[in-house]
Amino acid sequence: MTNSEFSSSSSSSSSPSDRRIGALLRHLTAATDSDNLSSVYASPTSGVSGGSVFAHLVQAPEDPILGVTVAYNKDPSPVKLNLGVGAYRTEEGKPLVLNVVRKAEQQLINDRTRIKEYLPIVGLVEFNKLSAKLILGADSPAIRENRVTTVECLSGTGSLRVGGEFLAKHYHQKTIYITQPTWGNHPKIFTLAGLTVKTYRYYDPSTRGLNFQGLIEDLGAATPGSIVLLHACAHNPTGVDPTIQQWEQIRQLMRSKGLMPFFDSAYQGFASGSLDADAKPIRMFVADGGECLVAQSYAKNMGLYGERVGALSIVCKSSDVAGKVESQLKLVIRPMYSSPPIHGASIVAVILRDRNLFNEWTLELKAMADRIISMRKQLFEALRARGTPGDWSHIIKQIGMFTFTGLNPAQVSYMTKEYHIYMTSDGRISMAGLSSKTVPHLADAIHAVATKAV
Amino acid sequence: MAMAMMIRNAAASRRAMTPISGDFGGGLRSMSSWWKSVEPAPKDPILGVTEAFLADPSPDKVNVGVGAYRDDNGKPVVLDCVREAERRLAGSTFMEYLPMGGSAKMVDLTLKLAYGDDSEFIKDKRIAAIQTLSGTGACRLFADFQKRFCPGSQIYIPVPTWSNHHNIWRDAEVPQKTYHYYHPETKGLDFSALMDDVKNAPDGSFFLLHACAHNPTGVDPTEEQWREISQLFKAKSHFAFFDMAYQGFASGDPARDAKSIRIFLEDGHHIGISQSYAKNMGLYGQRVGCLSVLCEDAKQAVSVKSQLQQLARPMYSNPPLHGAQLVSTILEDPELKSLWLKEVKVMADRIIGMRTTLRESLEKLGSPLSWEHVTKQIGMFCYSGLTPEQVDRLTSEYHIYMTRNGRISMAGVTTGNVGYLANAIHEVTKSS
Repeated sequence: MTNSEFSSSSSSSSSPSDRRIGALLRHLTAATDSDNLSSVYASPTSGVSGGSVFAHLVQAPEDPILGVTVAYNKDPSPVKLNLGVGAYRTEEGKPLVLNVVRKAEQQLINDRTRIKEYLPIVGLVEFNKLSAKLILGADSPAIRENRVTTVECLSGTGSLRVGGEFLAKHYHQKTIYITQPTWGNHPKIFTLAGLTVKTYRYYDPSTRGLNFQGLIEDLGAATPGSIVLLHACAHNPTGVDPTIQQWEQIRQLMRSKGLMPFFDSAYQGFASGSLDADAKPIRMFVADGGECLVAQSYAKNMGLYGERVGALSIVCKSSDVAGKVESQLKLVIRPMYSSPPIHGASIVAVILRDRNLFNEWTLELKAMADRIISMRKQLFEALRARGTPGDWSHIIKQIGMFTFTGLNPAQVSYMTKEYHIYMTSDGRISMAGLSSKTVPHLADAIHAVATKAV
Repeated sequence: MAMAMMIRNAAASRRAMTPISGDFGGGLRSMSSWWKSVEPAPKDPILGVTEAFLADPSPDKVNVGVGAYRDDNGKPVVLDCVREAERRLAGSTFMEYLPMGGSAKMVDLTLKLAYGDDSEFIKDKRIAAIQTLSGTGACRLFADFQKRFCPGSQIYIPVPTWSNHHNIWRDAEVPQKTYHYYHPETKGLDFSALMDDVKNAPDGSFFLLHACAHNPTGVDPTEEQWREISQLFKAKSHFAFFDMAYQGFASGDPARDAKSIRIFLEDGHHIGISQSYAKNMGLYGQRVGCLSVLCEDAKQAVSVKSQLQQLARPMYSNPPLHGAQLVSTILEDPELKSLWLKEVKVMADRIIGMRTTLRESLEKLGSPLSWEHVTKQIGMFCYSGLTPEQVDRLTSEYHIYMTRNGRISMAGVTTGNVGYLANAIHEVTKSS
């Protein structure tokens, strides 16, 4: 029984029955002498004696944002504070499932006629329509004219990725401009989608506000037709938003250069407490009749984080084009995950379609936004009370879930080591993770690094 | 109506073009859409069938297109174990993000199904595994992973296969080759051609294998054939990636349905597996699945898992919670798990029963053709051998919907429609 008789790389003289006998004999041999078998029959790189085809891999670094929570969880300190991930916490430091979400879930469970078959590729159709209305306004001309195609996607990330892949396949310009800085996952999403990522100036460290001049210059210098990622409100990580007047100038500049707006709306209702106010920049662009993309997330404003609920809307010039665009979006989605998950979108649909639940939701949303605004005020006051050197007014000027403190990585590191306060190394803190009880601890830590030479 | 729309659109555009005071003249550069050149995409060959079915007003219509299980009344089914799990989960206070790799608990329970409850690989932590968006998501992540870390590699895909497999590896930009699988003459496996293709592929090639209940043909290798395939793979150092979307659904016994995988594991292969709960737990719309890659050791598994997560993060950040919670609730409770196993067997048995009935009905009608393959094939699908033209006739004359490759979803066959179906098939094939 030599190797050559049973190796399948031998000549074509072996018939099917030869091969079957060979297999049988090999199994008999294997039963008595598996070591020999492996050394005789297995080639050096195959399973038993050989290595994996992925042996050359190295371990990837922790995700800079999600890695913060991993580190926080490992810390045994009783005073530890997680200001990393942007997930809302109550005054008691607990996650919050909204009342309307509970009610919606109960409704879904009680409905025994509900089945959980595959959604269409575009997702839950009712959810799509309601989502478009929510972000564009119920009276949006684009909706009335049937020029909007909306597809359910996996939260904001999924909406951005599907939109990015669509653009990479069908848009004539493959460059997208993102703000400097921006959410850490943005560049990865668009790069993997097949686009080239460039940046435009946004944050001004010296004022801790918007570098509007730099923004206008950079967008003005962009190749016409390029895609521009815009944070609809509550910019992540800086909390710095353009004023309405500045948005108008941005709109005019972009339209004059044919730059394609791609809005990331992850905080509608969370920034100011008003759904309509937070959607205004988007609606300004849609009102001029032009085209744009909008990625919506329900992770924060409905607390549906883990259910991955979002929507991508593409506003087109005509309903005919919108139809074609939708058909192409399906070709992007199908090889990615076939169709989106049903649970979260069903909850959203129940809430948005019911006037009472919708109103209740706006109240809960405002309560969350108000608590965050209150935390901003408290932190600002606490630093003032301590006489902490420096101008900390940006804490109350910035908006949304995050404050870009202006702390450098060394200072952040110090705060983690000495005070067990966890944040991303760019100095971004999630205000949602603060409470009246923990503000003093944070103020102490900031005071410490502001007065030390860290 | 179209004219009114055009006029409204033109007026709106003119308004938008009116210069607004400011530095940049406001308004739009051009009247036309950026998407004008976007072609309408073709309908998905599988999902398009159900769309057409839904649009058909005929009371006789039968949908044997998409692979979603139906009970004998033709109704979709929510398993009792799932309803109970839903009930237990109601009022849950946890809706936070899962880690990028998904629910560790669900993944653990899922690996046991594929690798065995007492798998040494699980004990030794040698499996890199993450929760995925059902089977599609697992295949796509693996394809992306393959592209990134074995960039020169290709994927060998059986002929035929689930049509979306081609889309997945294409979008991952991994070149595709095919290998012989289905034998039209016998309506069975073309084993010798398969083995030739495996032999002739360059050493170290990546192969996509259907672990059981091949989609769309229902043709599976025998255990003995699997052993031979495994041996040949070893000699060629090929990488085996198993798509297991029907564990439990094929024979009714999940352990038996995983036999091909177990053979490869025994033979020492470092395999990859895509698992789905869409069919066997009826969790279709929840999108729950798992991707696993068996590694040399625990350290490598940690590395591989971290890299898989790097691919998931820019796609959807982390996977959906609800479906994973349902799976965990069911599989970690012995009573619920036992209920699930019973319900899976009921589904598999009903399908096996319908195969028998369909074949007998055709034989009773005096069909000149052999319908042996209907009972030899296994799982949700029957590759009938019907030509596209015959399929078109079934649709236009009998309102019977299936994919044009002649694939019948046996899950859509019921005691109520099997007679009608057999008759229609007989009518379009009797002159063959």
